[in-house]
Amino acid sequence: MKKNWWKILAVVLLVFTVVAGMLSDVPRLAILNETIRNLYFHVPMWFGMILILLISVVYSIKYLRNPTTRNDVIAYEAAKVGILFGVLGIVTGMEWAKFTWGEYWSNDPKQNASAIGLLIYFAYVVLRSSFNEQQQRARISAVYNIFAFAALIPLLFILPRLTDSLHPGNGGNPGFNTYDLDSRLRLVFYPAVLGWTLLGIWIVNVKSRLEILRQRLYETV
Amino acid sequence: MLFKEVLYLIQKDLVLEWRQKYAFNGMILYVSSTVFVCYLSFGLRSNVLTVPVWNAVLWIILLFTSVNAIAKSFMQENRGRLLYFYSIVSPQGVILAKIVYNAMIMLVLALICFVFYAFVLGNPVQDVPMFLLTILLGAIGFSTSLTMISGIASKAANSGTLMAVLSFPVIVPMLLMLIKMSKNALDGLDRSTSLDELLTLLAINMIVVTVSYILFPYLWRS
Repeated sequence: MKKNWWKILAVVLLVFTVVAGMLSDVPRLAILNETIRNLYFHVPMWFGMILILLISVVYSIKYLRNPTTRNDVIAYEAAKVGILFGVLGIVTGMEWAKFTWGEYWSNDPKQNASAIGLLIYFAYVVLRSSFNEQQQRARISAVYNIFAFAALIPLLFILPRLTDSLHPGNGGNPGFNTYDLDSRLRLVFYPAVLGWTLLGIWIVNVKSRLEILRQRLYETV
Repeated sequence: MLFKEVLYLIQKDLVLEWRQKYAFNGMILYVSSTVFVCYLSFGLRSNVLTVPVWNAVLWIILLFTSVNAIAKSFMQENRGRLLYFYSIVSPQGVILAKIVYNAMIMLVLALICFVFYAFVLGNPVQDVPMFLLTILLGAIGFSTSLTMISGIASKAANSGTLMAVLSFPVIVPMLLMLIKMSKNALDGLDRSTSLDELLTLLAINMIVVTVSYILFPYLWRS
């Protein structure tokens, strides 16, 4: 029970996010209207994705220093959950873009960058599946994982800032800080970020424990 | 020490290339036939070939040329020679030498490609020195990121497809910057407009070279 407090916290925070996110008062703004509530679902996906991919890279580095099955499994499962968060982030973003920009996909730099970022991690999954020998697979995919993360950073943080974008916070559009004057959004936004991220870590935790058990089972049989 | 090692390895690669010219000649033939195919497909309707199209097609040709040229850099080496290197040189030396050597090869190929392309399809470039600088940066950028990828791909079973799958997402940010920079040079805009892209490209190159330098020893061990 003592070790599981963060799981309870995740559930409480997510229930709070969904209830308060759907029902609470939000600032009335032109064009955005009620779609501003997407802030509680779309933005936390990217926070969660970056954090979980960071976990994946950290475990890849740990694998290269200390090659154990555990490090490899956690790196792989974290990358897969990162992909899940990325896909959800793109889908929620597209849904939002349909109502505010008028198109699901309007060739925006941020949309393109996130699509390329996902391609990098799909390539990681393909690379993993092309090895038969377990140790070689683990080491070479760890190398690619670190390399890909280094290539992802300029893609997500530098390039969109160099070009004009429709996305809030870019190209003269109001960002997060300018429109939530009364902090009502913050009250739900921060718990949402924490809740979704904890949920992601929980999924990684459960899936990697399962995978480690499965591998141990195969070894003994 | 490392510097001397890198110089020796580059020299070795150059000598090897010079002795068996088929790889380099093959790449030149590849470039020129691709350009010629483009010429034939656009030749009949030259009004279709606007400046942005000219630019995009040139960079696509260069991208595929570099993927094909650099993919060979580790697959070409036979097993015995790799084992021999393993015992006498450091992995950092190997990756740096490969990067520099590939950059040189890519620069030569890209220049040949540009000259031939401009010759058959017309040359709309207004600021040629800036365009050449873009090609230089492109050659360096492609070789830095693709050398490491080719090292990764050469360990896998179906390395041909894997090379393409792994390299395209990594190289796209670089390609976008290059296309924007060369578009500025094509239109003869003031050089200060390309400064942002130039610095970003240099920064990405630095990141990629550093990461390759750190990671290659782990790849090399297997």
